[in-house]
Amino acid sequence: MESLCSRQQSYQDLTVYTGIRSALPIVMGYLPIGAAYGMLARQAGLSTAEVVAMSFIVFAGSSQFIAVGMIAAGVNAWAIVFTTFLVNLRHLLMSAALSVSMRRISRPLQALLAFWITDESFAVCSTTLNGRQATAQFVAGLQVTAYLAWAGGSLAGAVLGGMASGLTDLGIDYALPAMFIALLMMQMRERMSVVIAVLSAVFSLIFAIYVPGNFNVILATLLSATVGVLLSK
Amino acid sequence: MRQSVLLLYVAMAVVTYLPRMLPLVVLSRINMPAWLMRWLSFVPVAVLAALLSPDLLLVSEGDARVLWISPANPRLLAAIPTFFVALRTRNLYAPVITGLCTIFILNLVF
Repeated sequence: MESLCSRQQSYQDLTVYTGIRSALPIVMGYLPIGAAYGMLARQAGLSTAEVVAMSFIVFAGSSQFIAVGMIAAGVNAWAIVFTTFLVNLRHLLMSAALSVSMRRISRPLQALLAFWITDESFAVCSTTLNGRQATAQFVAGLQVTAYLAWAGGSLAGAVLGGMASGLTDLGIDYALPAMFIALLMMQMRERMSVVIAVLSAVFSLIFAIYVPGNFNVILATLLSATVGVLLSK
Repeated sequence: MRQSVLLLYVAMAVVTYLPRMLPLVVLSRINMPAWLMRWLSFVPVAVLAALLSPDLLLVSEGDARVLWISPANPRLLAAIPTFFVALRTRNLYAPVITGLCTIFILNLVF
């Protein structure tokens, strides 16, 4: 189990092409979900340029959906900004985890690449690295490909409307949960990983159901990683 | 593009960027204690599981999110072959293709 996993990954050089290739499942997910966002945003009264500009400037999927809903409801701009902040706080943890594997990348490049950190690119990046130090080319290839897919999907949804979002009805957005399942299995390197995965999955469900405001990922991760450290002492 | 909208985007971008950037830039220059490194090494697994479980098991009913554990839940059902293919192949593509094919078929059937 362990040898299979490491054999497969150790042969991958961390070039820009590896990054682009690793982003392909993300592209399959971002195109239809971006299209769904684009269509909703147009319905909320944003122009096509405004729809695509949000994807380029903010680049944060779930908070863009929430912002569009709030814009449609005529909510105050500061409330939108504050909600965006809260929803995207979970990236603190991913950024902290990446700091271990991006030590060889210069500070300005780190600050640039940080703009493109998403749930999906973080998950693919840390699984592919598998403890190795990242190269800027690999991370950039992965993240910029995902970025362009998200912006492209948004544009398609804004321009084509229902035609593009028909992809979501078909189920192409299922590429993302399927990718998460694959990444999760690749991460199962020790017994503690299994324990943490199960704990985090259950915590996340409980928080998603009982705590309003999209805090399930950050709370579940904080709790289960802490339990992991306590148990491994 | 309206100026008010652009200003809103810039403010949203700033509050989104800072949590993405600060830990990476600051922590990568610090020698962290072993327990913190271990803690951070658990973050990818924990994040993945926390993202996945609501996606498969919860459904929105109005503002609430409720558990939907049933063979009629196509996202849950499609996860089963995806999981087994992931367990066997341990690569990224075979499980994604499996999941997509299964969900297409289920969406056609139901």
